[in-house]
Amino acid sequence: MSDCTVVCEGLRKVFAGADGRPFDAVHDLTFSLKRGTISALVGPDGAGKTTLMRMVSGLLKPDGGSLEVLGTDVAADPQAVQNRISYMPQRFGLYEDLSVQENLDLYADLHGVPQEVRAERFRRMLEMTDMARFTARAAGNLSGGMKQKLGLACTLVRVPDLLLLDEPSVGVDPLSRRDLWEIIEQLIASDGLSVLVSTAYMDEAGRCDDVLVMDHGRLLAQDRPQAITARAAGLTYRVTPEPGTPARDLQARLIDAPERVVDAVPRGGAVRFIRQSDCPADGMADLLQGRPVEPRGEELEDAFMLLLRQHDAPKPNAPRDAAIPEIRLAAKEDAAGEAVIHVRDLVRRFGDFTAVANTSFDVRRGEIFGLLGPNGAGKTTTFRMLCGLLPATSGTLEVAGVNLRRARSEARRKIGYVAQKFSLYANLTVRENLEFFGGAYGLRGTVLKQRVHAILDQFGLDGAAASGALPHGYKQRLAMAAGLVHAPEILFLDEPTSGIDPLARRAFWRTITSLSQSGVTVIVTTHFMEEAEYCDRIAIQDAGRMLALGTPRQVREQAGGESVDDMNQAFIAIVEQGRVKGRSAA
Amino acid sequence: MSDARNTSADDSGFTTRLVALVRKETRQMLRDRSNLMVGLLLPVVLILLFGYGLSFDVRDAPVALVIQDRSETVSELVSGLRGSPYLDPVDVQTMEEASRMLVDGKVDAIVQIPGDFASRQVKGGAQVQLVLNGVDSTTAQTLEAYVQGAIATAMARQADRGGGMATGTVTLMTRTWFNEEGNSRWYLVPGLVVLIMTLVGAFLSSLLIAREWERGTLEALFVTPVRPLELVLAKLAPYIIIGLIDLAMCIIAAVVLFAVPIRGSLVAIVLVSFLYLLVSLLVGLLISGVTRNQFAASQVALLASFMPALMLSGFVFDLRNIPLAVRIVAEILPATHFMGVIKTLFLAGTDWGLVARNSAILLGYIVVLTFLTRRTLRKRLG
Amino acid sequence: MDRESGRALPPMLASVLGWLGEVAFLFRKEVLALFKDPANRIILFAPAFIQTLLFGYGAILDLQHVPYAVLDQSRGQAASELIARLDGTGVFTRQATLVSANQIAPLIDRQKVLMAVTIPADFDRKLASGGNGEVQVVFDGRNSTTAGAAASYVSAVVRALNASRSGGQGVAVVRRAWFNPNLESRWQIMPAMIATLSMLQTMLLAALSVAREREQGTFDQLLVTPMTPLQILVGKALPSIVVGLLQSTIVMLIVLLWFRIPMSGSPFLLYFGLLCFNIAAVGIGMTLSAFALNMQQAMLYSFVLIMPLTLLSGLLTPIRNMPLVLQYATYVNPLRFGVAIVRRVYLEGAGLGEIAINFVPLLAVAAVTLPLSAWLFRHRLS
Repeated sequence: MSDCTVVCEGLRKVFAGADGRPFDAVHDLTFSLKRGTISALVGPDGAGKTTLMRMVSGLLKPDGGSLEVLGTDVAADPQAVQNRISYMPQRFGLYEDLSVQENLDLYADLHGVPQEVRAERFRRMLEMTDMARFTARAAGNLSGGMKQKLGLACTLVRVPDLLLLDEPSVGVDPLSRRDLWEIIEQLIASDGLSVLVSTAYMDEAGRCDDVLVMDHGRLLAQDRPQAITARAAGLTYRVTPEPGTPARDLQARLIDAPERVVDAVPRGGAVRFIRQSDCPADGMADLLQGRPVEPRGEELEDAFMLLLRQHDAPKPNAPRDAAIPEIRLAAKEDAAGEAVIHVRDLVRRFGDFTAVANTSFDVRRGEIFGLLGPNGAGKTTTFRMLCGLLPATSGTLEVAGVNLRRARSEARRKIGYVAQKFSLYANLTVRENLEFFGGAYGLRGTVLKQRVHAILDQFGLDGAAASGALPHGYKQRLAMAAGLVHAPEILFLDEPTSGIDPLARRAFWRTITSLSQSGVTVIVTTHFMEEAEYCDRIAIQDAGRMLALGTPRQVREQAGGESVDDMNQAFIAIVEQGRVKGRSAA
Repeated sequence: MSDARNTSADDSGFTTRLVALVRKETRQMLRDRSNLMVGLLLPVVLILLFGYGLSFDVRDAPVALVIQDRSETVSELVSGLRGSPYLDPVDVQTMEEASRMLVDGKVDAIVQIPGDFASRQVKGGAQVQLVLNGVDSTTAQTLEAYVQGAIATAMARQADRGGGMATGTVTLMTRTWFNEEGNSRWYLVPGLVVLIMTLVGAFLSSLLIAREWERGTLEALFVTPVRPLELVLAKLAPYIIIGLIDLAMCIIAAVVLFAVPIRGSLVAIVLVSFLYLLVSLLVGLLISGVTRNQFAASQVALLASFMPALMLSGFVFDLRNIPLAVRIVAEILPATHFMGVIKTLFLAGTDWGLVARNSAILLGYIVVLTFLTRRTLRKRLG
Repeated sequence: MDRESGRALPPMLASVLGWLGEVAFLFRKEVLALFKDPANRIILFAPAFIQTLLFGYGAILDLQHVPYAVLDQSRGQAASELIARLDGTGVFTRQATLVSANQIAPLIDRQKVLMAVTIPADFDRKLASGGNGEVQVVFDGRNSTTAGAAASYVSAVVRALNASRSGGQGVAVVRRAWFNPNLESRWQIMPAMIATLSMLQTMLLAALSVAREREQGTFDQLLVTPMTPLQILVGKALPSIVVGLLQSTIVMLIVLLWFRIPMSGSPFLLYFGLLCFNIAAVGIGMTLSAFALNMQQAMLYSFVLIMPLTLLSGLLTPIRNMPLVLQYATYVNPLRFGVAIVRRVYLEGAGLGEIAINFVPLLAVAAVTLPLSAWLFRHRLS
């Protein structure tokens, strides 16, 4: 028997596209995965990662080529493969009306885990997932991160010959993400698991033995992470912005020059960027404007961005400038600095459960304000109260001078809201969605037409496309576009970048930067801690309490001084300190 | 060789997996109250409505009497109408007033005896006017028969007294088998068993697979040793129990509350009901697996199983009155075969030939539907 | 409608137009979302079409075809005349001519014949001697309505025979049936379907309208717009009402043009009645929608409600036949008044004055359910 778990040659899968024409979701894929290793599958949305996973698990039949899993031809005998593998789909369908224990029992029974092994296995899974307390709770009442952990636990009720994980960390906060990976790594160590995992996080891919980079159904590279990282050697730099200006302004300038800059992100108060290999090192003086530049060590994410850019024609990253002046007109520039959101002693209880406890903060006009916290920390509850969707138990809150729950509809015209999951009308076209929301916000006739036209242009959307059939990143853009069509003064974004790839996230934040420059106030929640670097100020919530509030630098300092350069670690540190404090206080 | 080990392990796993899935389906069913409302509460409501609320029988129908001839003969003529349990006559002075009452729905019919009735009777050609509100044609037809009958009886009595003629009269001796009193409840309540089995079966189960597709719970389930047939069997199990509870309620209500006789074998009743329950559950699952959408599934289930069971199975409307083309459709429906046998078993007695024939038909449906439903749960996406 | 022209209008009018404009956007979105789905287009109109035909041909209570058996032991002239008269009605079809009384039971048990006529050996002899010649008729009572109707046909035949034998001196009952001259049950049932068939889906559609947005997470997005709950209510209720009126129109056209049941009243009044009826039905649906947590519940709850509403509407059995408690309960049933309005306008040609009272309960139901659902939009969130 070979020492490979998955062997495929010329693998192909054809789907019907949105326009009715067939396209290759997976095109001529040839690779193999070694037994006892953990392999990462990375690539932007629509790269074909999920299609590949589904073919490996026997849920889709390949249209060409060969695919052997654990020595069996999957297409010929999917059941034989399904008896030996475990698969955690992107959306693990937990039975929400069953309890945690009942979900575990179901999968243990289906996989035929013997009773004598089971007790020990459950104990270990519950301990690792820290869910022993919640076994009686209905799965539907768990937070997003807990659901993912339970999905993983259900997948791992037995030791499979091959474990397939499709984006297990989407929508999961850094703490839960760390826990998830600890579980996977422990199992690899103890049970010698073979794993194929797809992920949008490069730090996760960096932990694997083997990385496969896919785009448009093709395999761009397969190698050890270190080898892939090395491809960006000598091209990576770090530049410090002018004091007093947000790093994102400099970052925006850099990323708007794709012919010279592959990628740029704000990090730790500075901006990291990758130079195009064909651009001379001194060829970007006009962009950097004399700010101090230093080379820095390359990372996997740098190499990933490089690979994607090499294979893709540079797409318009930034919103077209044409639409920006209009938004600028809508927002009042004269009153910059004045607080437009005002929250004092906000409390929300559900029965005995306090979702939000004594929260106070202000958001000033034109600010980008980030609300961070683990799953179930109370971010979404706070958001819903601010938008008037949920009454507060006590405390005062004002948005643009009024409480939106009691406000007349006029006040609601000033805000835009983009809900957590894609929530526009899937069977309407992009244009119909935008026209509806524009109309609902009081835009009429030619004004509405112009706004919809401008916003379609700005976000690079096709008005005639069916909204439900858009790729995930484009759905997210559409949701944003719908929130902005009436040129609001204040924009609420609830996890807008959850589940979208790094490229789309860059484009998204570029838009936010433009909006902020034109005076729009933005309040945003996210699970990508590095995105906190785009914010002027952030607040960290856990278990309903406010643990930190300040600029990203202040929060990093609170977490443990200048040494913490990484927002991810800063976040974990603050939440853990907060939990220790909370426990000793109790 | 490791394959061999796996295979043997999987065959022995069949029972474990089935039990686990049945437990899961049962819990899900019990935890959503809306399921139980349709599965248990609605049948109770239907039983009570059909048993107490609905009646096709005409009793105490208000009839306006406009008597313009005050003679002895006439009062004798109408005495038959006054004594009838079916009619509730009201004396009205003028036709105008009676007409207004008819239009307003205060009376269902007008019986008018013209002023020259007695005189014309002697000469021949006496007439009684009967005006009916045809909007409710069923009631109208029944009233016409009663009025005709009552007048004919009265006339016959007068003729007898007037020195019987030598021609002799034909008299009718009627007997209605199986339902001596002609009580409509007796045929509605057994038919209700069909309706409720269809309701629980097709309507509730039509949501089951569609719901899993809509909530995305099947993908992870598919990549386990589970077999499509196990999924089908597990989904049937809890609803079979609900269906059997409903059957028991129907039978008990029929006997205890409504005094409907059970003349056939109870075992046969339970057997055919069970077979039909399986058929209708499988129809629902099949629809569910094909549509993969709860709204569409429920509409198709209503249209393809519930409405035909109500309209075309011979439940209320006698199949003999239906045009041939529609009757052929009716003959294809499992509900029609079940309806025929269940009414016979309740009211007529056990006709084992009929039971065997219709059970065989239902079994045929079960085999075909199980095969088709299993196919819709083939473990493939897209 | 655009802002420029709005400025020139008086402020009141401008704000009313703005209000309506926002409702119009929601209405347009709802209609688009509904009809873009090709499955929905079929599901919303095909059932109305199919069910109208199904009911038109299947829901027939008139006896048209009675298979019967005859056992003539008399073989006399009077007996032959009776059999000839039975065969001559066109309703009775002689299925078997028997030679022994033992043959009767199997034929009836197997439902080969609906009735068996036995003419005793002494029939002709008794009649000739001026006595009473007794005819025995046995009916299959498994469907007592059919049996009852057949019995009255046989009585009519016998009455006619007697009348002719006695020289035609009987009393003629002259029947006139208003609004339905031939007393066809199709006339009783089909116009009522104009209201009934549309209710099933309009109510469900309304019930799903909010539940669907809640399940898919779009409802929050709608609530943060400047639209008031009242605007959302109107925007969401209107499409269901329009669909209901369209379905009613389909049914009405089939009833009018295919089944050729003439309409006596004003179409405008009919539509006005249907509009009020639909508003009440949609009000109930919207309230269910605001209560339900997901689409499954919305669907099952509305189904649990629709069944009794249909049965207690007076569609098939007169309200007067129901127990008093249920009669009171029907006052909150929009379908009862919907059916009443449609029947009275369509068949009887009633004017607004005559049916005005039926609008009171409809508007009362709407006045309670619609504000309740608007309130629930905002207050049932978590």
